Amino acid sequence: MSETHEGVHRHPAPTGFIRKYIFSIDHKVIGIQYLILALAAVLVGMIMSLLMRLNLSWPGTHWPILETLFPNGAPGGVMNPEFYLSLVTMHGTIMVFFVLTTAPQGGFGNYFLPIQIGAEDMAFPLLNMLSFWVTLVGFIVILLAIVVEGNARVGEWFAALGPSWAGGSGTVGPIGGWTGYAPLSALGKIAGPGQGAGMNLWVISIAIFCVGSLLGALNFITTLLNMRTKGMSLMRMPLTCWAWFTTAVLALLSFPVLLGGGILLLLDRIAGTSFFIPGGLYVSGLLSGSNPNFPLHTGGSPILWQHLFWFFGHPEVYIAILPGMGATSHILATFARKPVFGYRAMVFAIFAIGLLGFFVWGHHMFISGMSPYSAVAFSVLTLSIGVPSAVKTFNWLGTLWGGRIRFTCAMLFALGFVSLFVAGGISGLILGQSSLDLAMHDTYIVPAHFHLVMGVASIFGMFAALYFWFPKMFGRLMNESIGKVHFWITFVGVYCIFVPMHVMGLVGMPRRYAQFTEYEFLHGLHPLVLFVSISAIITISAQLIFYFNVVWSVFKGEKASANPWEATTLEWNTPSPPPHDNFAGVLPVVYHGPYEFAVPGAPKDFVMQTDNSVEVGTNGHNGHH
Amino acid sequence: MGRALAVIIWILTALSVLLFVSKKWWFPTAISEHGPALDRQFMITIVIVGISFTAAQIGLGYAVWKFRDTGNPSDRGLYTHGSNKLEMIWTVITAVIFISLGVMGQSVWASLRLNDVPPGSYSVEVVAQQFQWNFHYPGKDGVFGHTDPKLIDDGGLNFIGLDSSDPNAKDDAVTASLVIPLNHPVELKLRSKDVIHNIWVPPLRFKQDLVPGMEIKVHFTATKPGKYELACAELCGQLHFKMKSFMLVLPDNELNELKALPQEQFQARMTELLAKYPLVTN
Amino acid sequence: MATMVTTRPVTTKSNTGGTKFPGPNGNGKNGHHRFEPDSNANRYRLGMWVALASIAMLFTALSSAYIVRAGSSNDWVSLTMPRVLLLSTAILLASSVTLELARRNLKAASFNGYARWILITMLLGLSFLGTQLLAWRALARQGVYLVSNPHSSFFYLLTAAHAVHLIGGLLALIFLWIRTLVKREVKVTVTGQAAADAVSIYWHFMDGLWIYLFLLLFLWR
Repeated sequence: MSETHEGVHRHPAPTGFIRKYIFSIDHKVIGIQYLILALAAVLVGMIMSLLMRLNLSWPGTHWPILETLFPNGAPGGVMNPEFYLSLVTMHGTIMVFFVLTTAPQGGFGNYFLPIQIGAEDMAFPLLNMLSFWVTLVGFIVILLAIVVEGNARVGEWFAALGPSWAGGSGTVGPIGGWTGYAPLSALGKIAGPGQGAGMNLWVISIAIFCVGSLLGALNFITTLLNMRTKGMSLMRMPLTCWAWFTTAVLALLSFPVLLGGGILLLLDRIAGTSFFIPGGLYVSGLLSGSNPNFPLHTGGSPILWQHLFWFFGHPEVYIAILPGMGATSHILATFARKPVFGYRAMVFAIFAIGLLGFFVWGHHMFISGMSPYSAVAFSVLTLSIGVPSAVKTFNWLGTLWGGRIRFTCAMLFALGFVSLFVAGGISGLILGQSSLDLAMHDTYIVPAHFHLVMGVASIFGMFAALYFWFPKMFGRLMNESIGKVHFWITFVGVYCIFVPMHVMGLVGMPRRYAQFTEYEFLHGLHPLVLFVSISAIITISAQLIFYFNVVWSVFKGEKASANPWEATTLEWNTPSPPPHDNFAGVLPVVYHGPYEFAVPGAPKDFVMQTDNSVEVGTNGHNGHH
Repeated sequence: MGRALAVIIWILTALSVLLFVSKKWWFPTAISEHGPALDRQFMITIVIVGISFTAAQIGLGYAVWKFRDTGNPSDRGLYTHGSNKLEMIWTVITAVIFISLGVMGQSVWASLRLNDVPPGSYSVEVVAQQFQWNFHYPGKDGVFGHTDPKLIDDGGLNFIGLDSSDPNAKDDAVTASLVIPLNHPVELKLRSKDVIHNIWVPPLRFKQDLVPGMEIKVHFTATKPGKYELACAELCGQLHFKMKSFMLVLPDNELNELKALPQEQFQARMTELLAKYPLVTN
Repeated sequence: MATMVTTRPVTTKSNTGGTKFPGPNGNGKNGHHRFEPDSNANRYRLGMWVALASIAMLFTALSSAYIVRAGSSNDWVSLTMPRVLLLSTAILLASSVTLELARRNLKAASFNGYARWILITMLLGLSFLGTQLLAWRALARQGVYLVSNPHSSFFYLLTAAHAVHLIGGLLALIFLWIRTLVKREVKVTVTGQAAADAVSIYWHFMDGLWIYLFLLLFLWR
């Protein structure tokens, strides 16, 4: 068949190694490239969190390896506070941008959105390739921030670029956290170690990342609206596609705002403008304008940065988790052998979450000095996001109810997602209240909340997606036994890490402290701190099992058929792995909704979307009873 | 596998709930007028959160326990695409509960932040800087002396740039600890010299950013005497974790006596008082 | 599994030719195939609108920063408008007109006229950038630079950001021009039309954006 239709391919399958695997415009290769990037980035991020836990639980301990790697950041092998804070910053930045934004959307979305809607590629394949390479450059720049601050020699090279480029602080990057609040982030090295060249590279990396994400979002939206195959109406799309689409819309509208903020911040730092830096500052013994290292600034607004940042930052958390929700819905239905409960409600809930996500950024800023009246509006809107989130949870339980659940690794992680989404999301009801924020803000309950929900739940969504789609991507199944060991340790482990952090927050333990030794009121928490660290060490170590499973399965895994899970959507309609144009020159036609499991009277307990031999409902759309 | 997962989910849920119910690690006792109301709102919230969390996890555990695949191909799941009635019911119920909770959650906030500073409040100017707190007291005349960033001289210990030529500044005192009266409204005028800081006293249930370029006025009333730790809760640089001070809540007699002291004795008396009061940490 | 799969050979053209925006594909009635030119054409236009949404957000962010910054400080010194900006505005408006003339020629399959008007549009675009540079120089001569005060910071930033986007438009015009010269088409293709449409949507947007920025910079406050 492929010979007869060869002429119609817009881009025939490339033959050379470079065009096939490196500068490929095939969305599947690009998807895998994004996943490899995320797997590399998450390793860096995890090692950083491990180092942070070591420092918090055993302050002052001598770690010889640190001394070798970062003689200035850990003199004598003992981590200094700025080194710890640079770990905080880089862990957050790498995880949020290069893991939670790349893997769910750039990785799985890129690979499966075109296949699931029956398209042969993305709408703009070249742009797709460009978005990956731009993102990769962003990652390289953020890694450069580690080197420029960590290595004195490289730091010196950069210092030649100008006064704002002084590096070599002995940290692994800037120390202002992933939120980069001005003016700490805007003032340069006089505000602290790592705030020179490292901070410049941080801003540049984020700006580059914004551009890459925008190109990706543009492609996702156009592809989904324009390239659905015959019969693939919007309401017949898998929920994964709805999630990727909403995520792309969020990215399209929020990343430009961060880009704008980043440009202003960079100008404040490099050119000496005063967008975010107010007048009359006195930093490190210098008055603004009294010294070439600290030019005169007047009238800037530090809160303006926070508005720009969080206008992006809040949609960003949904960018991280919506694809996980989509994958979870998809996988729950497949392995419960039941249609998704309340498909339409699920679609509306995704949209409601996305839409409301643009109007709640102020809940990060209740006590920032912004108008206390706007806090009231932000707070009530924030609590209302709980409604579509609860609707999703109810519908997931409804999907399981009366099912015939098959406990594959993918299903276990999807179930874990539901459990963790509830556990992490529900504390949003506490944190979203302006009154309670007076006690909770910037204590450990905040990282507890967002790590569980946007961090770990999203990652569980990605684990589920990988175990589920791995056979399609690589033609081999991942090892289920190893996968289950990985699941049990990780599932229990993340509860042990993050639930205790909630009560640390109640006691009042502040975030982003290099040590807890200075305050009497924190001493009682030491056993919990230790417990969390030990849990983290075990859980992080268990991820080696996962890495092993991935690598081993790529080469040695059991060969997979086209549809090993007996699933219904289009990606299971084509060989594993799919051919270059996804459907070997023959586009599928869709007759049913995406989750027709357990149809009474059908020969099998699943009806594929392309199967027109079975009557489902009245017209094949998802009917409601 | 389903039963194992159900049991694990239930155990994790039970342990999580227990961690909260045991109150082994909990808020320090509230020492502010708005504290008890905030604690009540927290209790209402945590009960709703706890019930929802537990119910969802029990439901999830029950589903994976009960609806396991039997391995019999003719035994199929329930064929349903959902129920509009159920969707309506749970959407409306959660909307009512969550949004009412959100509205209720504004009352303490409104009482503190949407109200003007009560007249006759005891006023202190707080000037934060990288890794140090400066508290500026107006002295007997009740008028703050003029300050100017140009006069700031950390080396010369003029941390806030107090203009010594201003007559109002003659009786002003600048110290590293905060002293406030008991049962009397306190107004803090918050400023920062360099980056954003945040004033945080856990038992006070109170937190506010100090933003350079702004003067933010906040107020509260402390209701228990004693010495409490005061921390910075907004990342401000490498020694953020050490940016510590104390808040001393004094009964009227002791405070009035302190206030009446001239500038040079103020600091010494304050040191005595700080030593006298034991630290309250719970 | 293969027995259950219903497929459709790609050579079958089943689209009824609808060009409704964003395309009536996949609604269960009208099938749609990516190699059909209509689909491509829609895709260019749709992709352009999506891209413009994100560019609009960037300038919304910068404008709200402008408004907040203008309201929050007492260090704002309003610039006097360099006169040459009136000229640049007129040039850019004219370029929109010439681009429409180009499109009219394309519709009439007059490729020489099309190429000529595209070239004129390009030259007008370049002159616009030139006059913007003159405006910068006029300010610099007054001693007003990027860091002088918040209004000048925003002036330089917004004009530069607009210019960068306009250069993108110029590159696209160059692409259209070369494409016309190289391809030597005799009849209007759907793809050619779509490319011209997409570029003109972008160019007109840049035109409107400049008017907006101009009003924001010199009428606000």
